[in-house]
Amino acid sequence: MTRLIDKRINAKNKSAVNRQRFLKRYKSQIKKAVTDAISNRSITDIESGESISIPAKDISEPIIYHGQGGKREMIHPGNKEFVPGDKIKRPQQKSGKGQGDQASDSGEGQDEFVFEISKEEFMDFFFEDMELPNLVKTQVTTIYDKKKSRAGFKADGIPSNINVVRSLRNAHARRIALRAPYKKELKECQDELEELLDDSSSSATKIEALKERIVFLEKKIKTIPYIDEFDLRYNNHVDVPKPTTQAVMFCVMDVSGSMDQSKKDIAKRFFILLYLFLTRNYEKIELVFISHHTTAKEVTEQEFFYSRETGGTVVSSALKLMHEIASTRYPTNDWNIYIAQASDGDNWYDDSPTCREILAEKIMPLVQYYSYVEITPDSHQSLWHEYEKVEQNFSNFAMRKIVDVSDIFPVLRNLFKKKDELKTAS
Amino acid sequence: MKKRKPLSTSSEWTFELIDTYDHEIARIAKNFKLDTYPNQIEVISAEQMMDAYASSGMPIGYHHWSYGKNFMDTEKKYRRGQMGLAYEIVINSNPCISYLMEENTMLMQALVIAHAAYGHNSFFKGNYLFEQWTSADAIIDYLLFSKNYIKECEQRYGVDAVENILDSCHALMNFGVDRYKRPQQLSMKKEQIRQKDREAYLQQQINELWRTIPNYYDTKTEEVERRFPLDPQENILYFIEKNAPLLEPWQREIIRIVRKISQYFYPQKQTKVMNEGWATFWHYTILNQMYDEGLMNDGYMMEFLQSHTNVIKQPGFDSPYYNGLNPYALGFAIMSDIRNICENPTSEDREWFPELVDTDWLETMDFAMRNFKDESFISQYLSPRIIRQMRLFGLNDDDQEAHIEVNAIHNTTGYQKVRHILADQYNLGSIEPNIQIYNVNVRGDRTLTLRHYQYNRKPLAGTLDEVLKHLTRLWGFNTVLETVDNNGEIIQTTKTEIKH
Repeated sequence: MTRLIDKRINAKNKSAVNRQRFLKRYKSQIKKAVTDAISNRSITDIESGESISIPAKDISEPIIYHGQGGKREMIHPGNKEFVPGDKIKRPQQKSGKGQGDQASDSGEGQDEFVFEISKEEFMDFFFEDMELPNLVKTQVTTIYDKKKSRAGFKADGIPSNINVVRSLRNAHARRIALRAPYKKELKECQDELEELLDDSSSSATKIEALKERIVFLEKKIKTIPYIDEFDLRYNNHVDVPKPTTQAVMFCVMDVSGSMDQSKKDIAKRFFILLYLFLTRNYEKIELVFISHHTTAKEVTEQEFFYSRETGGTVVSSALKLMHEIASTRYPTNDWNIYIAQASDGDNWYDDSPTCREILAEKIMPLVQYYSYVEITPDSHQSLWHEYEKVEQNFSNFAMRKIVDVSDIFPVLRNLFKKKDELKTAS
Repeated sequence: MKKRKPLSTSSEWTFELIDTYDHEIARIAKNFKLDTYPNQIEVISAEQMMDAYASSGMPIGYHHWSYGKNFMDTEKKYRRGQMGLAYEIVINSNPCISYLMEENTMLMQALVIAHAAYGHNSFFKGNYLFEQWTSADAIIDYLLFSKNYIKECEQRYGVDAVENILDSCHALMNFGVDRYKRPQQLSMKKEQIRQKDREAYLQQQINELWRTIPNYYDTKTEEVERRFPLDPQENILYFIEKNAPLLEPWQREIIRIVRKISQYFYPQKQTKVMNEGWATFWHYTILNQMYDEGLMNDGYMMEFLQSHTNVIKQPGFDSPYYNGLNPYALGFAIMSDIRNICENPTSEDREWFPELVDTDWLETMDFAMRNFKDESFISQYLSPRIIRQMRLFGLNDDDQEAHIEVNAIHNTTGYQKVRHILADQYNLGSIEPNIQIYNVNVRGDRTLTLRHYQYNRKPLAGTLDEVLKHLTRLWGFNTVLETVDNNGEIIQTTKTEIKH
């Protein structure tokens, strides 16, 4: 008695729940592996799956068994030359069995549990419940690119837009219409003339007059113009708004002496996160790196994160440069502009009000979102207080203070949560 | 010779073909007097096979992260081509469920049907360990019950709380079996009815045990000397389920579920060589019979022999591929040998197996299949011929000696010794550490004392501390593990304190 069942159609992914349980249980380790991976990648190279490796001992299930030692007798197959009583030198303990630092070095590959997480899972470890600010608004209202679209025909325009078929059809109709009365009269004249010619009693003058009239009418018909300005029709094009699918992200960072490598690392993660948001929502993203101390310059990513400068800090120099680049290279009808600024809060005292002015008057009207993080354990300085005034006036301006790497997630979530509330409030 | 009328010649399978093959295989199996449960053959995809792998073949399983880990590990290895999947998985249930992979060729499907649906199936039904210790009729229902129960607990007490209990139980899973006492037969309905009563009853019993009001009428001084439990207990999970003072009823139920499942797999651990040997012997015999009857063509036969040879390959101890004795090879060799001894005995066979020679091989093999486990099977049936063929030899590895010594080879003086050592090698009693519940300080701080009785001075290894922490968590109070050597002396004591 056999039952044959095709189970292939049944639900696959029976292990999906268990897999999720596993990922959840080792979330902290996986997150760490993900963040390590992040710091080794370029910002633009961030979005792909990752091979995660966790020390096997962290996830092994505890178990007791008999260890090496004591007396054990074993049977093996394939004897070739042994006879009873043969003595064999005890082989060295295999690596990975515990003691000795050297063993763990060579055997490390075996001690890791390696598995793949998908791109989506990788990203989710970052985003969790975060959300791109102003996204809906961006797509529906603010940012439009215009695209020409055909919209019927019109009577005026430039010669290159003349629609030949339409124009000639109009001309044809006009010609028929204008010829009609003459043709009718001509027909009547011709009929009458024929009658007169048949009738021998008709007067010669009358015939002459009719002939003249016929010639006149034929001439009239011929003089109707083949085509007239009145006939011309032009293709009509209208502008149709089209949402932009590209964004530019400005990374602005203070590289003065007070920003050490650890602060830069924090800043990098902050930039990466914003970049990742954008990649989820825009087809094309460009990055502009502006570093500044007393003067600002546009630099490569490598220089941005790893070069070290000294000197004081004038933040407005960076803002000016940014405005210049944004207005020349990234017109707002083509580009969504996002700005992420990181600094330790130091600024030339007199410069801070200038920063506020530049921001409020020039930059904020251009950008989708401006986020500022201050990486410092100390109390706020003038720049923070000036920025606070900006924050009050612009809903798409957000600022937070960060102390160490672990603050990044909450900070970003906060940034966007705040946006969210504003959005729903407005 | 009859003209061949093969059932099929293409390597593609169809459901009709599987049906036809199964019909023929069933007929041949019946002629060989194989007694089986009804079969349920399920065709599954590679992914589903990996699912089945991850949950150690259980068709229904409660959720636990460790199964996710297994799945990810299997999936990674499979995708990278480091590992092929097994051709089949078979479940000891009634009806007996066998999985066929959709990737298999028609010949492979036939082989798997013969191997699993008739070989393993008849073993599950016939072998005394399975018959006495597992309930094939009830296992699927019980797994369903346990899955639902644990899901319910997760909803009621939270996933984390349930996971904690399961983690602790899994750590002690190997110590959750009755080795000697027969467990009660499982039944889903009875489980459900009894479960409510049991919760109340258990709690009441435990309260009785831990009652702190002194009993004035029964104050014998010898009471203080008495141990609890009176005799050492081998089933640690059972002891905790019944006696741990602080556990909630649902936690006790989960412990019960884990140990029931552990118990269900226990016979399989003890009969690897026999079970695989039996199934391999039968797929070999049945497919050869089909070939002899002209139901398979030469091409199929070549493919079959190639697969079969791979299955029973045994690399020598000095081969880089050597990974211990292959249970398929050893089991198949012994099974085939029994038939050989019955049908064509040599003078050596007459001397070694006087009770086997010239008997009906079907009856003799049936007896061997029913009444043994690996350990006893090897000590009963491992013949000098197999020892010679496999060139088995024994090593004595004693850490008190400077060298490892060869103590037996395939010669007249060595046969018995090889047989003896090999049998012990499959004795779970000596493979697994012997740890038992020894005492509970009932009148004091409730410390639980376990004793590890050393076997051949072998030390404990693995993540012992972790396991003891889990034990302590389940027990709810401090625990002590004492290691006792051959002379009964306590040589090591490990204390684990409960964290509050």
